[in-house]
Amino acid sequence: MSRVTSAETFARARRREHRVLALLALAAVAVVVAFCVIALRGNWEYALTIRARKVAAMVVVGCAVAVSSVLFQTVTNNRVLTPGIMGFDSLFVLVQTLVVYFFGALALSSADPRLLFAGQVVFMVVFAGALYRWLFGRRSRDLYVLVLVGVVCGTLFSSLSSLAARLINPNDFVVLQDTLFASFNSVDQDLLVVSAVLVAVVSLWMGRLFRRLDVLALGREHALNLGVDHRSVVNQVLVAVAVLVSVATALVGPITFLGLLVANVARQLAGVSRHRVVVPASALLAVVALVGGQLVLERVFSLDTALSVIINFVGGIYFIALLIREAKR
Amino acid sequence: MIEVRNVTKTYGSTKVLDDVSLTIAPGGVTSIIGANGAGKSTLLSIIGRLLPADSGRVTVDGLDVATTPGATLAKRLAVLRQENHTSIRLSVRELVAFGRFPHSRGRLNATDLAAVDEAIAYFELEEFADRQLDQLSGGQRQRAHVAAVLCQDTDYVLLDEPLNNLDMRHSVQMMRRLRRMARDFAKTVVLVVHDINFASCHSDEVIAMRDGGVVAQGPTAELMTPELLSTVFDLDIAVHDIGGNRIGVYYS
Ligand SMILES: Nc1ncnc2c1ncn2[C@@H]1O[C@H](COP(=O)(O)OP(=O)(O)OP(=O)(O)O)[C@@H](O)[C@H]1O
Ligand SMILES: [Mg+2]
Repeated sequence: MSRVTSAETFARARRREHRVLALLALAAVAVVVAFCVIALRGNWEYALTIRARKVAAMVVVGCAVAVSSVLFQTVTNNRVLTPGIMGFDSLFVLVQTLVVYFFGALALSSADPRLLFAGQVVFMVVFAGALYRWLFGRRSRDLYVLVLVGVVCGTLFSSLSSLAARLINPNDFVVLQDTLFASFNSVDQDLLVVSAVLVAVVSLWMGRLFRRLDVLALGREHALNLGVDHRSVVNQVLVAVAVLVSVATALVGPITFLGLLVANVARQLAGVSRHRVVVPASALLAVVALVGGQLVLERVFSLDTALSVIINFVGGIYFIALLIREAKR
Repeated sequence: MIEVRNVTKTYGSTKVLDDVSLTIAPGGVTSIIGANGAGKSTLLSIIGRLLPADSGRVTVDGLDVATTPGATLAKRLAVLRQENHTSIRLSVRELVAFGRFPHSRGRLNATDLAAVDEAIAYFELEEFADRQLDQLSGGQRQRAHVAAVLCQDTDYVLLDEPLNNLDMRHSVQMMRRLRRMARDFAKTVVLVVHDINFASCHSDEVIAMRDGGVVAQGPTAELMTPELLSTVFDLDIAVHDIGGNRIGVYYS
């Protein structure tokens, strides 16, 4: 029997990973093109611009959700929780609502939107850090307790948001509703550009950490033994996750289960946990899911339903299946 | 040289390590023995900077383990814990390759790959090198973890019960390898062992712990006495000279 060397084995694995990524990239390009050109009628130049903007929004949101979910799962060492499930995006909605509640819509519209967004992100960073330390800092971290805390937090934040929304005067409420119930159809162009830049910068920054994150995924003690500064990497990831969640939520509102779905399917397709593969694979999958889903909804069923409803339905079922599987282990 | 100075660790109101000071000379195999709960793992984790001490100081070749950057220390000191869980899917080969991380920073070159292959071969892991860790037996998994730590190729190697789950042949092979590393490459190997006879046959020095303190430290032959062993373990242990080794007998 000839001996299998590590060089050969790893080279074969790399080739497989490249194939998976190439296929996913192809699928993503295909749905994007299909979305832009299928049933293009009338003033096609105008229609194309509208569609392109919509696709751009979906790509930005898809990347933000996918990257933040994979990284969050790595630093929390589990496959079931995502920022969405832990209620991070509901928190962002709450922050937005409270800003309107305390300062009024007028102040909101007269303030520099970028400054406002920066303020909200800083708040998210602080809060996400505190929540993480509180939940994951302890030795014992029972998955079900964490899931429960996440669900409770999410519900609490949304209830507080709707309570605050009720107390806001009607004029302000209209403004708030515009920002909160944004969908891919009504994304603000300036916000989109800023978001795209932010997501790109944060993704590149995280890309530099990928190899260390591979080690971190083995667990805290393994990471320390192998010389990875656990605390510093986790802190950087938490800041990045807070920024990405804020961007995605500001653009289209919460899509709770999208991250969970793409992160896990990407891992399964790739067959490895390496971030260099899993992160881009999830981002591509998210684009396929969002653009493909919207395409089917709009062009095949001519439905006006928000895509998030369907993604959350599928993702929710998947979440329950994951929980049951974990329980059996 | 490993220097431990006045290290104390408390959990709640119980002192798990009480003002421990000791020095481990470079080059050689040192075994830490002691009953369950004596504080062996706690001490090893503190030396290996996996756990912060409440007070006191640990230095390795003069580097304070609490303040030296992890990446620097990881090239000199490797530590394996008593229990090792990984929540991700990982093959044996991938795990062993992670041992090269301090040197390769994730980019494996030919030297790294050769070290991985050598470790896999030595620990007889070839047959399941590409199997997932959770599809191995306990002893096979233990060998994979030890292989990963030795692949790190550090001057100091700390192993908490490396013989866990191993059969006799693999236990002996592992101890021989550790001894050879110490003799041929002047490595400093510190391990926690429960089988006093493995400690006796393969280590240069023994550290005996009890209730969070060091009871005795010295050359193996001097410590393998019925008096000392019975105070450390609260058990009558007879010691015989067999084939040039001091063997404790305590089974009946
Ligand atoms: N996280 C913890 N919280 C509270 N007490 C702890 C913790 N870890 C260890 N201990 C206690 O510290 C003492 C020493 O533990 P340690 O793991 O160092 O023992 P040990 O000598 O390695 O024992 P064993 O032979 O069973 O591995 C034990 O009494 C244990 O109960
Ligand atoms: Mg122990």
